[in-house]
Amino acid sequence: MSRIVLRVNGREHAVEADPETPLLFVLTDQLGLRGPRFGCGLAQCGSCTVLRNGQAIRSCVTAAGEVGTDEITTLDGLGTPENPHPIQRAFIEEGASQCGFCLSGVILTAKATLDANPNASDDEIRKSMNGVLCRCFTHTRMIRAIRKYAEENKHENA
Amino acid sequence: MKMPETSRRDFLKGCGALVVSFSAFDCVDAFAQGPFAAHQSHIDPTKLDSWIAVNSDGTVTAYTGKCDMGQGQLTAQSQLVAEELCVPLQRVKLIMCDTDLTPDEGTTSGSQSTPTNFNHKNLAQACATAREALVGMAAQKLSLPAEDLTVTDGVVTAKNGKHITYADLVGAHKFNLPLNPNAKRRPHNEWVVLGKPVNSLDRPELMTGHFEYVHYVQVPGMAHGRVVRPPAMGATVRHVDESSVRDIPGMVKVVVRKDFVGVVAENQYAAIQAAQKLKVDWNPGPPLPDQTTFFEEYLQKQPARDTLFVDSGDVEKQLAASRQVVRARYTWPYQMHGSIGSSCAVADVKPDSATVWSPTQSAYPTRSCLAMILGMPVDKIRVIFRRGAGCYGLNGADAVSFDAAVLSQGVGRPVRLQYSREDEMKWENYGAAMVIEQRAGLRPDGSIAVWDREDWAADRGTRPGYDRPGNVISGMLLGYEPYLLNPGPAKRPSGALRNGGNVVPSYMAGCIDGVCGSAGTVRSERALGHTVFSPFFTGPLRSPIRIQNTFSNECFMDELAAHAGADPVAYRLQHLSDERLRAVLQAAAKAADWKPRPAGKRSYPRAGKVSGRGAACVAYEGHNGYAALVADVDVDLDTGILHPRRFFCALDCGPVSNPDGMRNQAEGGILQGMSRTLGEQVTWDREKVTSIDWNTFHSLDMSYDMPTVTTVLIDPSGVPALGAGETAITLAPPAIANAVLDAAGIHLRDVPFTPERVKAALQQQA
Ligand code: FES
Ligand code: FES
Repeated sequence: MSRIVLRVNGREHAVEADPETPLLFVLTDQLGLRGPRFGCGLAQCGSCTVLRNGQAIRSCVTAAGEVGTDEITTLDGLGTPENPHPIQRAFIEEGASQCGFCLSGVILTAKATLDANPNASDDEIRKSMNGVLCRCFTHTRMIRAIRKYAEENKHENA
Repeated sequence: MKMPETSRRDFLKGCGALVVSFSAFDCVDAFAQGPFAAHQSHIDPTKLDSWIAVNSDGTVTAYTGKCDMGQGQLTAQSQLVAEELCVPLQRVKLIMCDTDLTPDEGTTSGSQSTPTNFNHKNLAQACATAREALVGMAAQKLSLPAEDLTVTDGVVTAKNGKHITYADLVGAHKFNLPLNPNAKRRPHNEWVVLGKPVNSLDRPELMTGHFEYVHYVQVPGMAHGRVVRPPAMGATVRHVDESSVRDIPGMVKVVVRKDFVGVVAENQYAAIQAAQKLKVDWNPGPPLPDQTTFFEEYLQKQPARDTLFVDSGDVEKQLAASRQVVRARYTWPYQMHGSIGSSCAVADVKPDSATVWSPTQSAYPTRSCLAMILGMPVDKIRVIFRRGAGCYGLNGADAVSFDAAVLSQGVGRPVRLQYSREDEMKWENYGAAMVIEQRAGLRPDGSIAVWDREDWAADRGTRPGYDRPGNVISGMLLGYEPYLLNPGPAKRPSGALRNGGNVVPSYMAGCIDGVCGSAGTVRSERALGHTVFSPFFTGPLRSPIRIQNTFSNECFMDELAAHAGADPVAYRLQHLSDERLRAVLQAAAKAADWKPRPAGKRSYPRAGKVSGRGAACVAYEGHNGYAALVADVDVDLDTGILHPRRFFCALDCGPVSNPDGMRNQAEGGILQGMSRTLGEQVTWDREKVTSIDWNTFHSLDMSYDMPTVTTVLIDPSGVPALGAGETAITLAPPAIANAVLDAAGIHLRDVPFTPERVKAALQQQA
C-alpha cells in the first residue's frame, strides 16, 4: 500500500492503494465514480475508458501508480444529467443508448478523436473505435450522435 | 370519463373509508405470463395498492415486476402509468423489481413485458382502476356525476369549473381497493403520452456516467470477491490449498462449499490476485465431444426427448408423390450472450436475513433459489434489481447473485462479486446449438404440396425458476441438479398449436384436429423436435430456438422459391394466409422498393464484388408480433467477406407504446443478429471452452461500417399489445443468407457465415 495522488475531473485525490492496482478500481471503488466500468479487464472492450491528458486510455490495464500528475477525465467528469457536455447532449438527443454500459468507451474515444482532429471523417472516427464494443448494437444511433457533435464542434471552432 | 355503473354506486356508498367491493376474480388466470410463484409474496397482485400509490405531492409511484435491462421498459411503463392516470410523465416514479416492494411478475423475458403489463391485466389494469377510482372519489366530493368530470395533469375538473387534485383526493392514503377487471383502459385513439416517441428517461444519467448499475452498488463494510471455477465442466474439487493466498495483502478468506470455490479480499485487485494464485487440485471431468463433428456425431445421436408439434399424417405419402423433393440441412452453433460488462452482484447476508442487489431478470425466482442456497426462510430475503450490462437473455446475472450470496455468508460481511471475462464467457448459459433438417415436395406449378422439418436442439439447465439453482453453473457447483431432461418419444399433437419456439414454419397451416393455428397454407405438414442433453449449460438467448428455427425455415423458403423459379416475396405471399404477416412483408418490400426476381437461379460472376437482396418474415412465436426484413448484402467473391449494407424492417406488434423505443429495439436486434450471423460462435477443445474473451469470440465492434436500418412501424388499434424486443432479430440471419443466394447463387446453411465458409460454398458451386 502506498499513498497515490491522482488528478481526476479537475480535482486532486489522495488514496491508499497498491501502485499496481488498475486505475479503474481506484476510480470506481475508492473515488465512487460511475463512468468507467469493468467489462473485460483485458483492454478489449473499452468499457473502462477514461481520458488521460485528453487521450482515450483503458483504465483496466493502466496501473494507478503510473499515472502521476496526468489529468484524468471520466464520463462523469464531462457533464452532469442537468448539464451534459455537448457530446453527451448529442447522444441524448439521438437516443443513442440501450443498456448504456459501453458509453465510456464510445463517447470518450470519439471525443478524443474529434478533439485531436475536428475534421476527422466518418471513416477516421470509426477506425479510432477499433476494439470499442457495444453489445446492444446501438451503433447507427451512436455514429449519428458523434457526427452531430462533430458538426456542432466544427461550427464552434470556425 | 365514465365509471362502470356498479363501481360508481359503490363509491357513493363508500364515503370516507373508500372501501369498495368489486366482484371477485381469478387473479392467477389474469396474468399473461405465468405461472408466477404460489403467492409467497406478501404483495397481493389483486390489490390496487400493490401497484399504484398517489403521493401527497401529486406524484404517482407505480410498482412493477417487469424491469428495464436497457430494453426501454422504464420509459414504456412510465408512459403507460402517465397515460392511464392522466398525469405528466415527469410525475411518475417507477419502482422496478424489488421483492420487498413490487408484485411478483416472474421473469422479465421473452418479449412478455408488453403483453403482460400493457393489456387488460396487472399494471395497466391497476392504472385504469386507479383512475376510475379517483374520478369516482372526485364525483363524490364535488357531488357531480362522474360523466361530467375530466382529468388533466392529475386534476379532476367538472364542466362547471370546479376541480380537485389527486393529491387532495387520496394524497398518501391507500386506495384499499381490489383491481377492477372492468375498469376501462383509455382508448388508443385518445392516447397523448403512450404511443408517442419518448426519449428514454434514463438517458441523461446514462450519457453522463451517473447511472447506478449494480456494479456501482456500495454497502458499508463491503469486501470484494472472485470465483475460482473448475478447469472443465464436470471437474470436482479434490483439495484447496488456502496457504497459497495467505500472503496477499488484503486477503480475507477462501470460501469453499462442495465444488464452489471463491475468494474474498478487501479490494478488487487483491481478490483478482487471490483468484489467480489460489492452488486448487481438481478431479478432471469427462472429455467434451469433438467440436468438428459435434452436430452429426453428438447432437443427432444422443437419446432425445421428442416433441411432435404438428403432423398431418400424410407427409411421407405426399413426398413420394411429389414431382420435386427439396432437402436441406442447417446448423446453428452455441452462441453467447456476451454481455459487455461481466456479471456482478452485491450480497449482504446476515445470520438471519439477506439483501441481494442483483441484475437478475427474475427477482422473485432468484429470492426463492437464494432461500434454498442460504438455508433461510424466503421472507427473510430481499432481492433488489439493479441494472447490469445488457443481457439479451440469461447471462451470468442469476449465477453471480447466488455466488455473491454464498461468499457473503461465508465471510459474514457484504460482498461485491464481479466475474472475470473468462468466468462469464466460459460458464454462461449459451444459446442452444441446433441442427434443422428440412424436406418439401413441390407441385408441378412450383407451389408447396408438403413440408416436413425435424430438429435437434442442445439443452441443459435454463433459468433457475423458483426451485432449480442447478440450472446455472453456481447452483451446480453447490450441488444442485439441473432440471432433468427425460428422453422419450413424442405424443400425438393435441389441443391448440404450440409454436412459441417458431418450430412450425409460418407457411404451414399448423392444423391439429381440424383447428389451424399457423399462418400459412401448407396442409401436408410435420414438425418434429428432438431435445438433447447438452455438454454445456444452455438458456434463453434472444430469441431462443426462434432465431435458429426462423433462420432455417426462412432460408429453406428461398431454396423452395429457387426450385420453383419464383420471386421470394411473391412465393411467400402465395403460401401465407395470415393478413397481418402478409401486410408486414408487403410493407418491408415496399420500403425496400423490392423488384421481383427469381430466387437464386441465374449465372453469377466468379470474382470481384457482387450485391444481392433477400427477404424473410415471421409470425413471432406464432402470434406474438409480426415482422419482415429485407437485407441488401455485398459479397466479396475473392475474400468471402460479406458486408450487409441496408436493412428494411416492418413490424406489427400491436399498439405501439413508445415508437422510438421500439425502433431502437428493432435496430439493435437486427444488427446484433447480423453480428451473430457473421462471426459469433462458442468454440471448445476436448477439455474446455476456448472462446473466453473478445479475441476468441468475435463480435463486430464500433469500427465496423454498419448498414443502415429503416424501420416501418405498423400501429394497429383494437388488438392486444405484443412483444417487440426479440422479433426482428430472428430475421437477420435468413435475410442475409437469402441476399447472398441472390448475389452469388450459394446457399449458406451453417452459421456463422465466416469468409472461409463463404469461399468453400463458392468453390463448391464452381
Ligand atoms: S474493461 Fe478495459 S477494455 Fe474492457
Ligand atoms: S448500449 Fe448496451 S452495450 Fe452499448
